[in-house]
Amino acid sequence: MLRQSIENLGNRTIQVVWRIGFATRFFLATLLHSGTAFRRFGLTIREMYFSGVLSLIIILVSGLFVGMVLALQGYETLQTYGSEEALGILVALSLVRELGPVVAALLFASRAGSAITAEIGLMKATEQLSAMEMMAVDPIARVVAPRFWAGVISMPLLAALFSAMGIFGGYLVGVQLIGVDEGAFWSQMQSAVDFEQDILNGVIKSVVFGVAITAIALFEGYDAPPTAEGVSGATTRTVVTSSLAVLALDFVLTAFMFRGIS
Amino acid sequence: MQHDNLVEIEDVAFGYGARPVLKGINLTARRGQVIAIMGSSGCGKTTLLRLIGGQLKPGQGTVRVAGESLGDLDQAGLYRLRRKMGMLFQFGALFTDISVFDNVAFQLREHTDLPEDAIRDLVLMKLHAVGLRGAAHLMPAELSGGMARRVALARAIALDPMLVMYDEPFAGLDPISLGVTGNLIRRLTDTLGLTSLVVTHDVQESLKIVDYVYFVSEGVIVAEGTADEIRNSELPYVHQFVHGEADGPVPFHYPAPSYADDLRLRGKGA
Amino acid sequence: MNKTILDLWVGLFVITGIAALLFLALKVGSMSAVNTSNSYEVVARFDNIGGLKPRAPVKSAGVVVGRVADISFDNESFEAAVTLRLDKRYAFPKDTSAAIMTSGLLGEQYIGLEAGGDSQVLKDQDRITLTQSAVVLENLIGQFIYGKAQEGAPQ
Repeated sequence: MLRQSIENLGNRTIQVVWRIGFATRFFLATLLHSGTAFRRFGLTIREMYFSGVLSLIIILVSGLFVGMVLALQGYETLQTYGSEEALGILVALSLVRELGPVVAALLFASRAGSAITAEIGLMKATEQLSAMEMMAVDPIARVVAPRFWAGVISMPLLAALFSAMGIFGGYLVGVQLIGVDEGAFWSQMQSAVDFEQDILNGVIKSVVFGVAITAIALFEGYDAPPTAEGVSGATTRTVVTSSLAVLALDFVLTAFMFRGIS
Repeated sequence: MQHDNLVEIEDVAFGYGARPVLKGINLTARRGQVIAIMGSSGCGKTTLLRLIGGQLKPGQGTVRVAGESLGDLDQAGLYRLRRKMGMLFQFGALFTDISVFDNVAFQLREHTDLPEDAIRDLVLMKLHAVGLRGAAHLMPAELSGGMARRVALARAIALDPMLVMYDEPFAGLDPISLGVTGNLIRRLTDTLGLTSLVVTHDVQESLKIVDYVYFVSEGVIVAEGTADEIRNSELPYVHQFVHGEADGPVPFHYPAPSYADDLRLRGKGA
Repeated sequence: MNKTILDLWVGLFVITGIAALLFLALKVGSMSAVNTSNSYEVVARFDNIGGLKPRAPVKSAGVVVGRVADISFDNESFEAAVTLRLDKRYAFPKDTSAAIMTSGLLGEQYIGLEAGGDSQVLKDQDRITLTQSAVVLENLIGQFIYGKAQEGAPQ
């Protein structure tokens, strides 16, 4: 009984370590075989359509609503202290520093990440990757790397659009609906939001999230058992794993970037 | 490089983990012939094809294609050799996100610098050879199973390979598509000077077109010979396989304890 | 999907994305506020800086004229040495005074400059001698209670 559970534990550990090793090798191979993704940039552009452009609607609409809710809630709280003019600061800082990169990344993981995993998993299950190998075309260079770079390029753009849309939503609710002074809204925002500290760090965050999400999605698809259940399970795992990775990375990055400020 | 044998497999063994699949296979394929590899499902036929394609490395023995030992080649060498091979996968394995035309053009665009006009002509010629020139603009999802396999065949011969491997080309086809596919394999082999390696368990269809047959069972070659020799073989396994008998060397029943024991038909006191 | 339409969409996506980044950088953030190459630094010493932080605005007559570049502690005079980075466009007389102010009751702290009447102007690495420390709320309350107690005491 005891021996059995120790054996199980050992088995699990070996499997986990093996998988981590495989994932690392896969990631390095992707980076090493990225030449094609840039030499034939058309391949990457095509994938940017699928991961970036097709995620636009959900990113823009969510950004607008998140900004509007932030303005409503923020106004309620700020009003208590008589500093409604700080509404612009509140909306802009929360979006640019945290909500923009993080929420856009979570949406990206469920919209584009799952699609990438399903596509790669299906290509594997229907032997398309094998066929490509037999045609002397490296699937890592031809299929995986362009999707990786497309995700890494799309993510910061999507996060920026999310933040911009959110600030616009905050402006609509705060200034147009509630009636906070427009000049104060923008000027306070401008004096409080710093380009390097806030906006650049937000962009760096979203690039890191883009790397994490697409790498996880591609690996899960590539590693999926070549069956229908295998692919659907891998798709679910992509969303769960990459969402957790985004939140954990966000904590680590925030601790590094904003420590000592405030 | 005029070797008479295009593919030479010597004493090859292979296993997935601890489970041995192939235990010492010897096989040769002469240039210009259609060779069939037969055996029941799960006997390692597909594994054999992957070994020849270099997608798997044998645990023991050597695989030689056109005189080059695959075990000695690096990635680049393997890819160079693979350009001279075509492979038809079980269900075609067409790229589902691009059209029939682009599927056939795929290798031409990846491996050659031909202008788009030349590619277009070549693709239409290959599609014409399999009778699907009119389907060039369709997407793979719009094709029937038999058509998808013919497109895959056109794709496999796009770079005029010297060796084409077929993984179960007859599985799941209606009788007409079956005849069409069989004839295509024979005709393309003869007209293009290919060597064809067909993995199948469809005896009747393949015996019509092949030159030589290998029978694989439990990881070893149990019989080999020309189509006529196989048809008239008296070996119990081959006889059972060719005539599709339910019981024989391959038993109908999975190994089990005695039937009577399982149903508890013995007397209580026994 | 037609390749040119696909290219068009991706192009539009990239353009709007970069536009959003520019909007964040220029309209939301204040990248244009103080240019490092067009500024000069002066030092002011305070007994107490309260909650002043680096990058806090420096205002004169309510207009942002610079930012706090650095805050350090002088271990000899036991004062806070605050380096102000001011925009070159604005010149201030030598006897300008600096005070730490609070925007609103509990808002952020900034440095207010009150111009004096000297004919000489502040140059790079000059020192502002007239300073007024931050108002610390505890001290204020303490004074208030002390004052009340004085008032109420029997003469």
